[in-house]
Amino acid sequence: MLLRLWRDSAWRAVLFQVLLISLVLLFGGWIVDNTLTNLENRGISTGFDFLSQSAGFGIIQSLIEYNESLSFGHTFVVGLLNTLLVSALGIVFATLLGFGMGVARLSSNWLLAKVAAVYVEVFRNIPLLLQIFFWYFAVLSVLPSPRQSLSLFDIFFLNIRGVFLPEPVFDAGGMIAVWAFVVAAVLTVGLVLLNKRQRKNTGRPLPFLKATGALLLIGLPVVTFWLANGSLHWDVPHLKGFGFKGGIELLPELLALWFALTVYTAAFIAEVVRSGIESVSKGQKEAAAALGLRPGRVMNLVVIPQAMRVIIPPLTNQYLNLIKNSSLATAIGYPDLVSVFAGTTLNQTGQAIEVIAMTMAVYLTISLTVSMLMNMYNRWVALVER
Amino acid sequence: MQKEMIEARTPPIMTVGALAWIKGNLFNTATNCLVTLVIAYGLFALIPPLIQWAFIEAVWTGESSADCTADGACWAFVNARLDQFIYGFYPPEHTWRVDIFFVQLAVVLAWLMIPAIPGKKYGLVYGLVAMPITSWIVLSGGMLGLTPVDTHDWGGLMVTLVLAMYGMLASLPIGVLLALGRRSEMPVVRTFCTVYIELWRGVPLITVLFMASVMLPLFVPEEIVFDKLIRAMIGMVMFQSAYMAEVVRGGLQAIPKGQQEACDSLGMGYWKSMLLVVLPQAVRMVIPGIVNTFIALFKDTSLVLIIGLFDLLSIVQAGLNDPVWLGTSTEGYIFAALVFWIFCFGMSRYSQSLENKRQEH
Repeated sequence: MLLRLWRDSAWRAVLFQVLLISLVLLFGGWIVDNTLTNLENRGISTGFDFLSQSAGFGIIQSLIEYNESLSFGHTFVVGLLNTLLVSALGIVFATLLGFGMGVARLSSNWLLAKVAAVYVEVFRNIPLLLQIFFWYFAVLSVLPSPRQSLSLFDIFFLNIRGVFLPEPVFDAGGMIAVWAFVVAAVLTVGLVLLNKRQRKNTGRPLPFLKATGALLLIGLPVVTFWLANGSLHWDVPHLKGFGFKGGIELLPELLALWFALTVYTAAFIAEVVRSGIESVSKGQKEAAAALGLRPGRVMNLVVIPQAMRVIIPPLTNQYLNLIKNSSLATAIGYPDLVSVFAGTTLNQTGQAIEVIAMTMAVYLTISLTVSMLMNMYNRWVALVER
Repeated sequence: MQKEMIEARTPPIMTVGALAWIKGNLFNTATNCLVTLVIAYGLFALIPPLIQWAFIEAVWTGESSADCTADGACWAFVNARLDQFIYGFYPPEHTWRVDIFFVQLAVVLAWLMIPAIPGKKYGLVYGLVAMPITSWIVLSGGMLGLTPVDTHDWGGLMVTLVLAMYGMLASLPIGVLLALGRRSEMPVVRTFCTVYIELWRGVPLITVLFMASVMLPLFVPEEIVFDKLIRAMIGMVMFQSAYMAEVVRGGLQAIPKGQQEACDSLGMGYWKSMLLVVLPQAVRMVIPGIVNTFIALFKDTSLVLIIGLFDLLSIVQAGLNDPVWLGTSTEGYIFAALVFWIFCFGMSRYSQSLENKRQEH
């Protein structure tokens, strides 16, 4: 009887799964039990109460109001925002550099293609952490002191404390103009979409599209600025004591991480772009050329749209890698989520499990959200076969 | 309508030769002329001073950074510390044991990678089973009359290679199992494997290493103490096996269904059909992907610096803090980068050549 059940593959599958579940449960229970005993023995408290306790340590860069008396919950938000900041900066610049290098690798100019190839092969084969260290310790920390800053037109400054840029300061009228610009941008996007639909339906574009767009984007803010009697002045950084005051300050930690992430990820993006462009069959280019399109238009209207279908999925993967790699910030002390929360906060509270679980949950949420969007996009652009 | 005969065009002046090549590839359009000139100027401004710094003015031997000049590279630092960069704090009188490990690694790689060497099957068994065991015994000692060497004293290139090799050896079989599990028809197994894979692929390696170094000791009874190197290895294997699983799954998906059906009709069980028919084809198909995962693993070993292990990068980093060798950070990083680069570039070339060979068939 038992032997017959054993020989029935359906029963065997059930048995195997029951076994697996019980094994996992047993193992999980064993871990939980050990952890609870260990925590008790070491006198570490559990739960998320620590999030409302006062943190008591400073953070060198924060996008929101933060001081030492605020809670560990605030350190979590500050760290998360810093992670998002460096990721966003990295993604934008890595995309630009990566696309440039990817196209350059396929250039008809031999020298340009070789330079791009050397760039890709050098930077993607060196560990990112090493590149971060190189920028931080070998490049940015040998810059001159604030008093001997390198400066451009006396408004941009570069020294060992980082980069200092002038910051635009608007009054109330100026803010209205900024909002007018946002409105104009939204309207322009709407116009472009409308144009696309019109072209699809009738084959004719909207008249004066470029002129209307430019007029909206430049005219509307300028007119509102003038009407609202706004004013704008630049807060230029200036030497005060041993450092600079005013303006936008980019810390060397941020710069090093940003450069390294950009250069490293761009090398991978270049490869993604190159293989995407190469995946478009030669016949497409030849057909477009035979129809009389110029090389630039062949690229923009025929090759790139088809290549994007191949490029976007691995490109999103690179973006996710960049976000995850930004956690290397902790090695040079840039206050990102891992450094501030899984580092300092963990050391102060000792609540390893809660802190690491929260940190992992953040990255996991980002990853899963992006891959969900990716799947939606893939369904959207998938070739509809008749 | 054209009435007159059009004059025959004169033949192009140059179609072959060096000049024609230069004209066709560097100066074929106005933009390309400009680009070529700009790049040529950039290279001209960059490369001679670099060679001057790195070779001509460089100082190769010395006792401290005082022996070096400002105009040239201070390779004396790398030279003086080379043993430490390779062996870490391994007792100098025992470094021959590390050399045995290096030689074994080189033999296995050559055996498996060079097509002309026969007996790949034995090479595989040696590389996957015999070599790891003998290497571990020789490195850690305590057996066969070898003095035990604590993993605290391990460091440098040796730790990088140990982490990469054992990480690879463990993550490959686990990855294969996970890939099979994710394609299994049993819902519990499938869910379990999918969750495991997506969980580790969704988080940065650093958090996994933090977890392995901070949380792992909490998970086991206090009597069991893992040393740091083992903990880092566990973290890396958990992480890398998830990536490996996805690579192998790609191969499994590419195998036509007919193969599995043929096995079924021959009456082969699940494991028999997988091990003898499906997996050999699938794994062979994704060897380039496996090599790429391995390159990522190799670069990622440098992250163990953050949990306080001394791999190649962190031992160079530690050396830079020595007051005797102040101001040599560029040289140190270039050396470490060169070592990592040689390994990674070699592997990526190998993976590309495999891919090309496959496409030729």
